[in-house]
Amino acid sequence: MYEGVVQNLIDELGMLPGVGPKSAQRIAFHLLAADPADVKRLAHALLEVKERVRFCRVCGNVAAEEECRICRDQRRDPHVICVVEESKDVVAIEKTREFRGRYHVLGGAISPIDGVGPDDLRIRELMTRLADGQVTELILATDPNLEGEATATYLARLVKPMGLKVTRLASGLPVGGDLEYADEVTLGRAFEGRRLLDV
Amino acid sequence: MRVCHLSLTDFRSYPSAEIALEPGVTAFVGPNGHGKTNLVEAIGYVATQSSHRVATDAPLVRHGAERAIVRALVARDERRALVELEINPGRANRARVNRSPVARPREALGLLRTVLFAPEDLALVKGDPSERRRFLDDLLVARAPRFAGVRADYDRVLKQRNTLLRTAAATKGRRRGPRRQDDEAAFSSAGAGDVLSTLDVWDSHLVRHGAELLAARLDLVEALRPLTAKAYATLAPASAAADLEYRTGVKLSTDCGRSRDILEEALRASLAEARQAELERGVTLVGPHRDDLHLALGELPARGYASHGESWSFALALRLAAYDLLRADGGDPVLILDDVFAELDGQRRTRLAEIVAPAEQVLITAAVPDDVPAELAGARFDVTEGSATRVR
Ligand SMILES: Nc1ncnc2c1ncn2[C@@H]1O[C@H](COP(=O)(O)OP(=O)(O)OP(=O)(O)O)[C@@H](O)[C@H]1O
Ligand SMILES: [Mg+2]
Ligand SMILES: [Zn+2]
Repeated sequence: MYEGVVQNLIDELGMLPGVGPKSAQRIAFHLLAADPADVKRLAHALLEVKERVRFCRVCGNVAAEEECRICRDQRRDPHVICVVEESKDVVAIEKTREFRGRYHVLGGAISPIDGVGPDDLRIRELMTRLADGQVTELILATDPNLEGEATATYLARLVKPMGLKVTRLASGLPVGGDLEYADEVTLGRAFEGRRLLDV
Repeated sequence: MRVCHLSLTDFRSYPSAEIALEPGVTAFVGPNGHGKTNLVEAIGYVATQSSHRVATDAPLVRHGAERAIVRALVARDERRALVELEINPGRANRARVNRSPVARPREALGLLRTVLFAPEDLALVKGDPSERRRFLDDLLVARAPRFAGVRADYDRVLKQRNTLLRTAAATKGRRRGPRRQDDEAAFSSAGAGDVLSTLDVWDSHLVRHGAELLAARLDLVEALRPLTAKAYATLAPASAAADLEYRTGVKLSTDCGRSRDILEEALRASLAEARQAELERGVTLVGPHRDDLHLALGELPARGYASHGESWSFALALRLAAYDLLRADGGDPVLILDDVFAELDGQRRTRLAEIVAPAEQVLITAAVPDDVPAELAGARFDVTEGSATRVR
């Protein structure tokens, strides 16, 4: 019975991304040996993140309230929106401190193999945000891989009739990579050297 | 260019092997099935990261082992590079160059270049178009490793696009059942509009990578043509002349050039023309993945017409042409001749031996010592029961 409980924990941990069976076992036994107060804090943090954190109603970024910290910040430039695939890309870009505009988190990229089409992404929400004409530049910062490129092309074509300035991050980012893994200097320079996207 | 040292862990039949190699000719001799080809296959793998015998990596890992490791110390002029590849079937392979990990294994391509002749080459002449496309693409990668990226991107776009087409075909098929008037309208409003607009996006990416591949293949075939004809004439002087032609389903007008822009335009137009058929069949019908390298002897196609001996000579001529081209680029590639002499008559044996003898490094496998031509006497390893011992 006791073993069953431990095994459950190992199985649950093993389902986390990047955690293989060996690591899951190591973490499980670490937790068994840890101070009960520490484990309670971890359990609390896990529950809290599920209960309290949600997605920003405006941009789709993770948020502690209805709107995320960036959307609530009046100093951020409302004329520029940077479109990214995931919330973690927002974090990566914020670290560069090159960007003072707003974000839009799509929740992925177009990939028929994975069954993801435009309707599965937060594209309709983006179009609503663009409708009032306040936004003048759209920066497409989807990942520099094939699916990210395809998503950028799709969006660029979609918004073309609106006459916005549409830019794509400069090359220099490792092709085929994740934005999240680009170092701050490279990503910062890619921002500075963004180019107009011609579709 | 040459391999100075080869070291294997759990590759094919070898739990481990350490083999020091010298410039010039080295022959691996031993009974059938004792591990000669396994050694040269490993060297070929370092150059191309694929085997000349199997399409997947799994058979390369010793039965019962989890991964295989191949290390080769490569010398080019005065420079040396240690290339290490870890083969993990079902997971990503890993590579290190001079002990530093590289982000992707394909970054280790191009450090060693080989031209490998093997009995399997007969498929270049007798086999499906895919064999000849692979020959061209492998040669493109050997000449410019960035084509490994172009080909991978093209394959990925193709896979995405085919999935999308299949979805579209399935949606359409389902709606088609008892035919109602508003079917087509329903199709284009729910989801299908989505399909069509994203299809345009994938088209633009397919066109970009496809035209790059197409342009490179067309140039390559032009460069190979005279070299192949010359090599074939040397190997089989009495036979009709050998010729090559790249055949593509992309409509190219004869008078306009072959620049990337023109090819992109042509591929885009061919896709547009095929669109309806593609939506019905759920598969991409034009592009470099459907093309072929046509081989002719005089008036006749080689495939289906050439004799066994003629087919062999043609296959050898293609490899020799590849060798000429790589050599002209600089950096004499390592020549690997796996079991080829046993297949050739005396005259062609001598001709081939004369052509390859001056290369910086030639590696030969043969089941019996007599199969190694006298012109290619050199170092010799005895390969028996999965171990290689230097005997000369
Ligand atoms: N993954 C593997 N694990 C263990 N043994 C393997 C593996 N792959 C191949 N072998 C063994 O290696 C042997 C074949 O070796 P190889 O192809 O090098 O033979 P060879 O000496 O070239 O023979 P031939 O003269 O017939 O061409 C076979 O006996 C086969 O069972
Ligand atoms: Mg063999
Ligand atoms: Zn927000």
